[in-house]
Amino acid sequence: MATVMNKQDWVTEKLLLGMSWSDYLRSLMTPFNFIVAVILAVGIPITWIRFTQGIGAISNLTDNNPWGLWIGVDVLSGVALAAGGFTIGTAVYLFGMKKYRIIVRPAVLTGFLGYFFVVIGLCYDLGRPWRLPYPMIISYGVTSVMFLVGWHVATYLSVQFLEFSPALFEWLGWKNFRKWAVRITIGATILGVILSTLHQSALGALFLMAAAKLHPLWYSPYIPVFFFVSAICAGMTMVIFESTLSHRIFGDQVSHEDHKKLDDVTLGLGQGAAALLFTYFCLKWVGVAHDHNWHWLGTPMGSWFMLEVFGFVLAPSLLMFFASRRGSPTLVRVGAVWTILGIILNRVNVSMIALNWDQPDRYIPHWMEFGVTITVITIGILTFRFIVNRMPILRKHPAYVDDDH
Amino acid sequence: MSLKRRDFLKLSTVAACLGATSTAHGMEDFTGWPDRYGMLTDTTLCIGANCRRCEEACKRVNERPMEGLDLTDNSVFEQTRRTDPNSYTVVNRFTVSEDSENPVYVKKQCMHCNEPACASACLVRAFSKTKEGPVLYNKDVCIGCRYCMLACPFRIPSYDYFDAFTPQVRKCTMCYDRIVEGKIPGCAEICPKEAITFGKRSDLITLARERIRHDPDRYQPRIYGETEVGGTSWLYLAGTDFTNLGFSDDLGSMPYPELTRGFLAAVPIVLTVWPVLLTGFYKFSQSREKAEVEAEAAAADDKKGWGDGYRHE
Repeated sequence: MATVMNKQDWVTEKLLLGMSWSDYLRSLMTPFNFIVAVILAVGIPITWIRFTQGIGAISNLTDNNPWGLWIGVDVLSGVALAAGGFTIGTAVYLFGMKKYRIIVRPAVLTGFLGYFFVVIGLCYDLGRPWRLPYPMIISYGVTSVMFLVGWHVATYLSVQFLEFSPALFEWLGWKNFRKWAVRITIGATILGVILSTLHQSALGALFLMAAAKLHPLWYSPYIPVFFFVSAICAGMTMVIFESTLSHRIFGDQVSHEDHKKLDDVTLGLGQGAAALLFTYFCLKWVGVAHDHNWHWLGTPMGSWFMLEVFGFVLAPSLLMFFASRRGSPTLVRVGAVWTILGIILNRVNVSMIALNWDQPDRYIPHWMEFGVTITVITIGILTFRFIVNRMPILRKHPAYVDDDH
Repeated sequence: MSLKRRDFLKLSTVAACLGATSTAHGMEDFTGWPDRYGMLTDTTLCIGANCRRCEEACKRVNERPMEGLDLTDNSVFEQTRRTDPNSYTVVNRFTVSEDSENPVYVKKQCMHCNEPACASACLVRAFSKTKEGPVLYNKDVCIGCRYCMLACPFRIPSYDYFDAFTPQVRKCTMCYDRIVEGKIPGCAEICPKEAITFGKRSDLITLARERIRHDPDRYQPRIYGETEVGGTSWLYLAGTDFTNLGFSDDLGSMPYPELTRGFLAAVPIVLTVWPVLLTGFYKFSQSREKAEVEAEAAAADDKKGWGDGYRHE
């Protein structure tokens, strides 16, 4: 009898946030959750159709356009935006920039969940997703850039889980596990940087094979470097965006001191992101110069390229630069969201708009493809909320107030 | 404190294991299996209209549905078609401005590259270049990422988008099963005009050159597929510029696997150099932190009594 009681206490305390079932369910009746319910009411039937009638039943993917929204947004953009985990981890643990410690856990969580839901999104796109482990255990295509992506995303997902695990073990109260998890922080961070360097750039390198299909202004032997550098920009700005939202939505979790520090952290991140984004801007022109693609700039696709590079790389870079110098965290946040949109635009350009740009049949996503993407992102946000409400992500666990991990 | 040698070795072993899986092959110069087969399509011989018997033969050999295939229906030529899961080969019509009276018909199918992009792109090695020449697909390992379709410069592989449980990539096999039995591919066998010739690739190149030499007015002095993307097993002859017939002229002669070779070669370098570089950064920041703490402690010693209060902020 006693154990049953304990189990109930555990559920109440750990899962129901100290509420009874009825109180907990009542607490879920919010406008936000109503929207979530509507999204899931559409997304779940789409999922059913996808896995009973095939990819073609819910998408506009064709033999000429084998990759679409799910690769361009869910995978390419998703992985880039999840780069905040390794970026902030490196700054704090390897470079010793302690100021950013208050955002390291949410950044690592965002990274971990980002990758996790990239894989979930990928399961809609793969013809036979249940064969996902095949490149690891059945057949090794070692000449393939995709092989590298597969291995590294799988390995990095595990590494990110380890990096996130101290919060999990604190929540569960498993002190010994936590001790071990903390001990490997530096090793995991270093491994994370290596894996991220390689697979972020490999996602760009995938398109090296699309030599005759990708528009010359986007195709470049430097595309792996473009993807890597822009992913760090995406990761940093995503952390700015995510921490702003978190401090607003989960304000009760954040200590007064940490909340005061956030503006300073935002300014610092904004400055770093601005510098790196400017570097990325220059690199894009190195690419144009290297292949002598100047004459393409005068074409309609050239205008589109310049809109991306000036309007969504240089402009947000300058905004964040001046905003951080003038001490305006609000403008840095505007620049961060702008940057995020710019990186998504780049991935969409590379994988959809500038790909097959000269072909008669152009790909426009089916509404159900958007449905899948929105559903996957929504479930990701729900998971993030579930964890932040329960585990010490934004707050410190009382037992480890002085601990730096 | 320095990084322990054993730790470094551990890191490098991990790096090497991860890296070894991704390295490109060495600079060996393999020019292909010597006696591999090929096909030669002479577009000046193909009659196209009311024929397309190669399409029919292809469907029969590959057990593809025949529904909708009407060989007398020439309206199919109003659009340029591509290969799809039910049609491993299609014949297209091209009207050439210098001779609009006589359209040119071009049969399209997998080119069976000497160094196939699909095979190099596949993360589970579902494609292989056989020593007989055909590029074959293994449905038993394919996960359905469709990178082969993105990589193929000729836009050939197609996918079963409406199959939820056993979708596969589909393309011409150059009738591999028939070739190993000593038969010739279905399309070459059925062609009433002998526009498609099966044989050893080297012999076909000789044959094509002879045709060009014998009748220089009839043929362009070029064999498409001889050098494109490192050479293909399927070769074409034409009486007009190949770009008029839907062939890409910008594919170059470099084999597609070369496109990612440089990147893959850089992978093990990152895997081996990054660990020590990053550990160096870590040690640097640690020693700086230590110096700061010591300086603080020294300062705190100067003002005794203030030492503790603000440590936890």
